[in-house]
Amino acid sequence: MRSETVLNMEGISKSFPGVRALHNVDFTLRKGEIHALMGENGAGKSTLIKVLTGVYEKDAGQSILDGKPVHFRSPQEALSMGIGTVFQEIALCPNLTVAENMFIGRSRSRFVQWKEMNAKAEEMLSSLGIPASPTQELSSCSIAVQQMVSIARAIDMDCKILILDEPTSSLDEDEVQKLFALMRELKARGVGIIFITHFIDQVYEISDTITVLRNGELIGEYQTSKLPQIELISKMMGKALSDVSAIEKQEKSKSARSVPVFEATGLSSAAGVRPFDFTIEKGEVNGFAGLLGSGRSESVRAIFAADKVTGGEVKVNGKRVKLKTPLHAMKKGIGYLPEDRKRDGIIGELSVRDNIILALQVMKGFFRPLSRKQAEEFAVEYIQKLGIKTPSIDTPIESLSGGNQQKVVLARWLLTNPMYLILDEPTRGIDVGTKVEIQKLVLKLAEDGMSLTFISSEIDEMLRVCTRLIVMKDREIVGELSGMSLTEQDTMQMIAQGGK
Amino acid sequence: MRSLNTTRSKTRLSNSNLLFIIAGVIFVLMYGFALISYPGSFMQFQTFFDLFNLNAALFIITLGLCVVMIAGGIDISVGAVCGLVTMACALLLESPMGSILGALLLALAIGTAFGVMHGFLIAYLEIQPFIITLGGMFLAQGLLTTLHKDPINVTMPAFVALRNYTIEIPWLGTVNRLGYFIPSEIKPGVIVVVVLVILYAVLMKWSRFGRNVYAIGGNSQSARMLGINVKRTRFFSYVICGLTAGISGFVFLMTTGAGNIGNGALFEMKAIASNVIGGILLNGGVGNLLGAPIGTLTLLTINELIRAAGVQSNLQAIVSGLLLYIFIVLQSIVMALRGNERFRLTLPPWLKPQDKEVENQG
Ligand SMILES: Nc1ncnc2c1ncn2[C@@H]1O[C@H](COP(=O)(O)OP(=O)(O)OP(=O)(O)O)[C@@H](O)[C@H]1O
Ligand SMILES: [Mg+2]
Repeated sequence: MRSETVLNMEGISKSFPGVRALHNVDFTLRKGEIHALMGENGAGKSTLIKVLTGVYEKDAGQSILDGKPVHFRSPQEALSMGIGTVFQEIALCPNLTVAENMFIGRSRSRFVQWKEMNAKAEEMLSSLGIPASPTQELSSCSIAVQQMVSIARAIDMDCKILILDEPTSSLDEDEVQKLFALMRELKARGVGIIFITHFIDQVYEISDTITVLRNGELIGEYQTSKLPQIELISKMMGKALSDVSAIEKQEKSKSARSVPVFEATGLSSAAGVRPFDFTIEKGEVNGFAGLLGSGRSESVRAIFAADKVTGGEVKVNGKRVKLKTPLHAMKKGIGYLPEDRKRDGIIGELSVRDNIILALQVMKGFFRPLSRKQAEEFAVEYIQKLGIKTPSIDTPIESLSGGNQQKVVLARWLLTNPMYLILDEPTRGIDVGTKVEIQKLVLKLAEDGMSLTFISSEIDEMLRVCTRLIVMKDREIVGELSGMSLTEQDTMQMIAQGGK
Repeated sequence: MRSLNTTRSKTRLSNSNLLFIIAGVIFVLMYGFALISYPGSFMQFQTFFDLFNLNAALFIITLGLCVVMIAGGIDISVGAVCGLVTMACALLLESPMGSILGALLLALAIGTAFGVMHGFLIAYLEIQPFIITLGGMFLAQGLLTTLHKDPINVTMPAFVALRNYTIEIPWLGTVNRLGYFIPSEIKPGVIVVVVLVILYAVLMKWSRFGRNVYAIGGNSQSARMLGINVKRTRFFSYVICGLTAGISGFVFLMTTGAGNIGNGALFEMKAIASNVIGGILLNGGVGNLLGAPIGTLTLLTINELIRAAGVQSNLQAIVSGLLLYIFIVLQSIVMALRGNERFRLTLPPWLKPQDKEVENQG
């Protein structure tokens, strides 16, 4: 019943200094198949893709495309042989236009035909429903649009293979559906698609086959319909997932409620959120729910003064304060894990250790440096706590897998032990096992008296940890849910309708 | 879909063009101010043309450097290379086998040799451009003084003819006190400037190479993933810069007619300043090539203004320095205001600590 093979990778091995990223991995892709590549953070998924497309040189093994051994030296060569790739980290040039980003590096002609290129780009953008103009500079597009543009670039209508490495991490539900429709269309045309994601539901919705990697080794290839979710997860983790239902929110009784630690009235920022009121109490976990672009991130950025605050009053521990910069906020005991780790979060060339102690160092002031030994202890402690996979604490954070970079940024804030911690999409790109660990950690921290604001695109995750949800739409707070009405259905309804 | 729609899909001005327009406006204001303050000299067309006549070499150097700066690099050897070329060409022209064509070829060869060397070391061996071109600067200066210590006046008749050749513009000029119409004059070097400006502007806007230069300047890591040969593009940006420095040396000789160890001194700094004023960001990827001549004009106008004011000439340097501060800060503010990026100085990668090209990200 299986159709013919288009790609066969055999015995692939690849090591980096101190890490064996892939060891003797086989992978087969057939025509018209959507093949999910699954594994924990650092399992080697992205590395496998990069070896195939010529970003990395493999140590051993071979790739056979359409029966012929191939060896690509660059993603460009792979593309010219019909392999389109969307890499995990958006790899586009922010200073070029949208159209250029779709076509640069592909044309053989020595000159740029701007008119023709813009027309072609326009056509593709509108057929994919991407609201960007071809002549717009890419840096002026949102992350979601940038991600769609990089997908548009990879979809060459006559490609044989399309590779999508976590393409859905910054897309919302509608956009994901649009992408899936497109994938189904390509599948019908016989294109083989490799799909990497940490969203288990999406895998079951779209894929035919699943290949699982663990610690750089092949665990097996399975048909999606015949592999129950529980089994998939335990194959990825090498052990059973600790029971999610065991997570028990601490529903505080009214009387036990303590003082508010942070209060804001009429807060607004240059990023364009409507003035809003907001309060969080000691030991409370609340969350901002809403679609991407509804103003969730902008609201918390205003709280942390990450965007220029344009109005409103803020009280910390009941005392009026003026928070003008993130440093002020940090000094008052507020921490913030940003949504866009590439822009605000990591400093690529610095080591894992330096990235972890960064915030603590800033708060202590640069003239009172942490001792090396202290820094090392902190780093090691949190690497273990969060299960960060890194060859050593001196490894530059750039060479960690996407999910592990995210964990480092999280560790940085936990280390400062803030009184109030804001987490914007802390689990994006993080594997299921660690997701649960992080959720547990959040509840544990709250129990110990920390207040947290938690934002996630996955509503069930928010419902699991938050005792109160603030729902946003069009940059405005439209309602609040807590107690009995804190259910998936009510939340969805409020997000869709914008209040009752 | 909503989240996508909330983003602006209206095309707004690109950063390059915005900075270019700002540079243009500043130049116009500056020149307007000069016209009002010193109408006697600035009202004459000849004063404007003389900016080009006397500084053609600087205009040319700035163009080449602009390409490298857009690619995210720097070349501080250009001034010394220009000086070396003037001396080498002067020696050749004064020797029995001297010919203009020979001198021109020599100029191109010296420039290209430096460009190829720098390009190779920087692009393929991945060494810091600042250090490499600093070495190139010392090398060129050393060669220059080794060649000849004293000034050499070129007396070869054909070259003197070329040097003295002027092109009159009959329909543009000034009427002097006696009522005579004096047409404006331009030198052949200006033609070279104009041709190169057009050529390079086309190269940067319409050629595949030019767009690749922008891409690697914007984000070399991404450019590589997009299938651009980053090393080759970077290599050729330095070759072009070196070649242009060679041309500028020849044009310099055409302007002054003498080889001299002081020729081209500090041109690299003036060229960097001109580019920055012209809206070419030091950290690469942003800038319009036409900003290079605009920036040079602005810098020269300021110097002329100070001269017209009759104050000491060391004030020129002071004012140029202060101006550079202002421009860099201004650019940073403009960039910070548009992006939602935090305010930070737009420092180039070669000034940041330990900027190594790490093989790749996860
Ligand atoms: N350029 C590099 N230098 C050194 N080590 C690397 C490099 N790229 C990846 N690694 C290591 O190889 C391993 C596999 O990484 P890879 O990016 O393939 O993981 P992944 O499965 O894609 O994970 P994620 O789900 O987090 O994206 C990791 O341990 C990572 O640290
Ligand atoms: Mg990955």
